[in-house]
Amino acid sequence: MGHTLIEKIVMKNTGDVSVSPGEIKTVKVDRVMIHDIFIPFVVDKFREMGFQKVWDQDKVVLIYDHLVPTSAVEDVRHFKIGDAFVKEQGLTHFHRADGICHQLMPEMGYAKPGNIVFGTDSHTTTYGCVGCFSSGIGYTEMAAVLGTGEMWIRVPETIKVVINGKLPEGVYAKDIILRLIGDLRADGATYKVLEFSGSTVDEMSVSSRMTISNMAIEAGAKAALFAPDEKTCAYSGVKMEDVDWLYADEDAEYCQVMEYKAEELVPVLACPSQVDNIHDVAELAGTKLDQVFIGSCTNGRLEDLAVAAKILKGKKVAPFVKLIVTPASRSIYQEAVKAGYIGILAEAGAIVTHPGCGLCCGRACGILTDGERVLATNNRNFLGRMGTSKVEIFLGSPATAAASAVAGVIAME
Amino acid sequence: MEQFKGKVWLLGDDIDTDIIIPTEYLALPSVEDMKKYAFSPLREELAGQIEKGDIIVAGKNFGCGSSREQAPEIIKQLGVRCVIAKSFARIFFRNAINNGLLLIENKELSDDVAEGDVITVTIGEKIHAGGKDYPITPLPENLMDILNAGGLVKAMQARNGV
Amino acid sequence: MGMTIGEKIIARAAGVSSVKPGEIHTIDVDYLMSNDGTTHLTIDMFYNQLKNPRIADKDKLVFIIDHNIPAENPKTAAAHKKMREFAKKYDIAFYEGKGVCHQIMLEDFVEPGQFIMGADSHTCSYGAVGAFGTGIGCTDFLYAMVTGKSWVLVPETIRFNLTGKLREGVYPRDLILTIIGDIGANGCNYKIMEFAGEGAHGLSVNDRFVLCNLAVEAGAKTGIVEPDEKVVEFMKEHGRSYEHLYASDADASFLQVYDYDLSKIEPVVAEPHFVDNVKPLSEVGEVKIDEAFLGSCNNGRIDELRVAAAILKGRKVHPDVRFLITPASNSVYLQALEEGLVDIFLEAGAMMMNPNCSVCWGSCQGVIGEGEVLISTGTRNFKGRAGHKDSKVYLASAATVAASAVAGKIVGVERL
Repeated sequence: MGHTLIEKIVMKNTGDVSVSPGEIKTVKVDRVMIHDIFIPFVVDKFREMGFQKVWDQDKVVLIYDHLVPTSAVEDVRHFKIGDAFVKEQGLTHFHRADGICHQLMPEMGYAKPGNIVFGTDSHTTTYGCVGCFSSGIGYTEMAAVLGTGEMWIRVPETIKVVINGKLPEGVYAKDIILRLIGDLRADGATYKVLEFSGSTVDEMSVSSRMTISNMAIEAGAKAALFAPDEKTCAYSGVKMEDVDWLYADEDAEYCQVMEYKAEELVPVLACPSQVDNIHDVAELAGTKLDQVFIGSCTNGRLEDLAVAAKILKGKKVAPFVKLIVTPASRSIYQEAVKAGYIGILAEAGAIVTHPGCGLCCGRACGILTDGERVLATNNRNFLGRMGTSKVEIFLGSPATAAASAVAGVIAME
Repeated sequence: MEQFKGKVWLLGDDIDTDIIIPTEYLALPSVEDMKKYAFSPLREELAGQIEKGDIIVAGKNFGCGSSREQAPEIIKQLGVRCVIAKSFARIFFRNAINNGLLLIENKELSDDVAEGDVITVTIGEKIHAGGKDYPITPLPENLMDILNAGGLVKAMQARNGV
Repeated sequence: MGMTIGEKIIARAAGVSSVKPGEIHTIDVDYLMSNDGTTHLTIDMFYNQLKNPRIADKDKLVFIIDHNIPAENPKTAAAHKKMREFAKKYDIAFYEGKGVCHQIMLEDFVEPGQFIMGADSHTCSYGAVGAFGTGIGCTDFLYAMVTGKSWVLVPETIRFNLTGKLREGVYPRDLILTIIGDIGANGCNYKIMEFAGEGAHGLSVNDRFVLCNLAVEAGAKTGIVEPDEKVVEFMKEHGRSYEHLYASDADASFLQVYDYDLSKIEPVVAEPHFVDNVKPLSEVGEVKIDEAFLGSCNNGRIDELRVAAAILKGRKVHPDVRFLITPASNSVYLQALEEGLVDIFLEAGAMMMNPNCSVCWGSCQGVIGEGEVLISTGTRNFKGRAGHKDSKVYLASAATVAASAVAGKIVGVERL
């Protein structure tokens, strides 16, 4: 019997010759990521559990992103506790204002193909873009991993998602994952792995794959995996022969197979206030907007800024509409500056902020009020996520976002 | 088997972690400070109405969204005895177990009960509501170990001899 | 009897041939500027307290959202929404996220000889181009908005004769902080600070803005630098009129005259918690910092960004320091992008903020916590100004702030 990607990663980790869904396994963790907002809680639990030292200093990454820049005086408490923990434990992987954790983990090579990584944030599923089994956990669980280097998992079942063909003009990875979530519904992949393959996926950049793996959690998935290829290796700085074991067997067993023809996909939006409430952009065109947000770990990368810049070049953001652009990381911001994208966006009237979670996590950078409507490129549109419960949030691709910013209403590229 | 009674608060499908505790309040110093904002985007008054021993009954995918563990902690601190839902999102599920908050999966109950009903839970066995019994599927052994230890912190303390 | 620059501007605004200190005049206001600090309150009064709410001249109004942009909570967002809808309804010039209000006024509106009121204390900045700008409260603003007029008690003028040139590594920021330190936080209470002399004419419009902007920190009604060719150049570049270039008459009367030799000025720091608590940088002991801020209407223009970039190039921000760099406006930001400064800042590890009031306003972006120390190019160092009530703010020049961000403590560039 063959194995899926997740089974192979677990087998490699535990040394088992075979594992199957439903089995409980204790895995050795390759890396953990803790972000600012939960640092005090992790540290508290770590001490309460009676641990003194983290199991391996090299395997721990601390990232400040939700509270950067600070927007309340209490915010710095998280930094103080984080700074002290870094010094006490002698940690070296530590980022105070370099971008969003999920961007930095693969970008900095902390999460690599075949690794098992856990993070204190639900969008930790992102690192599946490079074939890394990564998932979000709570702070108590994280404290236990910090002390032991191990975690139990139930080997998940896998849903195979096959996408073949060439995406039509104006359709992007974001439209694919939104469509998929709409089809699966918000709980359709609960505790399952989404395994992506097909010619469309093969053609995709690692950044686009990241958009997809990032949002897998919105269907309840434990992880989202792409088998590593040449692009992955180049991105992660590994050799193909070191990851050639990581592929899905022909006779692997899937609990479900979903097939899509790229040519049939269209630009879509997640409508208020569930990520699985998917409608075609065409259906919603003309809906008035107050704000547009391009950024987040879902869609704040260079290719996203490039698309936005292409659309906004020589144009202006509609009057009385705000366009907020937040690059996902410091290096992306720098590259986008060098490529001229930032200049184009700022010239068009965008407000370009420092890299961080920004508006997506709902703590600053563009909060809205009753009766306002925002189109955003991030991953969640839950009630109250970006202000009051009377704010309407639509989620779409950077192209849809940029075109809508110019029009001042929902519009297609 | 341990048995308890509780008053039902009825919620719908996909009760996400932003509803359970909005991000705005996550940097407050303690769960105690946060708990009055629980469920505020959906039902602002709810946190103040929940009493010790009450039971939350909900639809599918309860706790979807963030890894924020404050969500189950707050529910526990509000005095909720257990949450019964058609299904739970998995990060929330682990977090709840790790904090010793009892979760029960049941596909039918939320369609049958009304808010304010008093129902009886016999742990590991059944729910009794409106003259009907709803069986409970037991949890896997490793999870029961954590629950029996009183949560993951206590389990780790035992491991570390604290 | 001759008049000072300020008196001449008031006379023009009042439509009279001459005015004297102590007189009260009704004046026509050239512009009325209001930002998101208080506009929502003015709008509430407009709708709720007037029998017949109307606007005298919508072309005189400028609304600018700069304090809390992008909004950090629903309350702020609601205030912004109110302002946006009002601006839309009455067709008022409206800026959102384009920069600090005073910088936008300089870039797009102010002309020499104008009398401008703004619902912000640092409106006193517009004397950089020979205009009379002054801060007012909501009620005054509302009155002026409805009637197009206001009243002014003609202030006395205190003259600052500037001679010589600032030495390398010494900036207008050091000069104005030194002056405020000398005369005190109420040293020019309800007076006009007039800057003139060859030392003043040697300063760029940018540098003059730095001086006038802080006039209110000495209690002044406004600060004005005698306008000259540089102002004419600036107005030509921006396509605006320079018709009313006023100089004080030879027989104008000044309450007091101070002489400053710019070559004698040295780098200074205003220590907590008052702007006049000024000390030479060399006498500031070992002060570790948690955050550094380069920006604000006082010191966030291209000149200051260039100074900081020269220091940061090839260096890294100290790992214990959060360094926020906030251009004063979108056009400053675009210029900084063009010159490669943004890349230098990002490479050095600074945080590149969107143009706004940032931590100078201290209610959102970059607020500091309990016991923390900030070194800032902002306008004020009052207790709690940048965040927690038990935090400290030191004010210094862009050069000192950039050097301190690298060192992790307050130092001058020479100590790097």
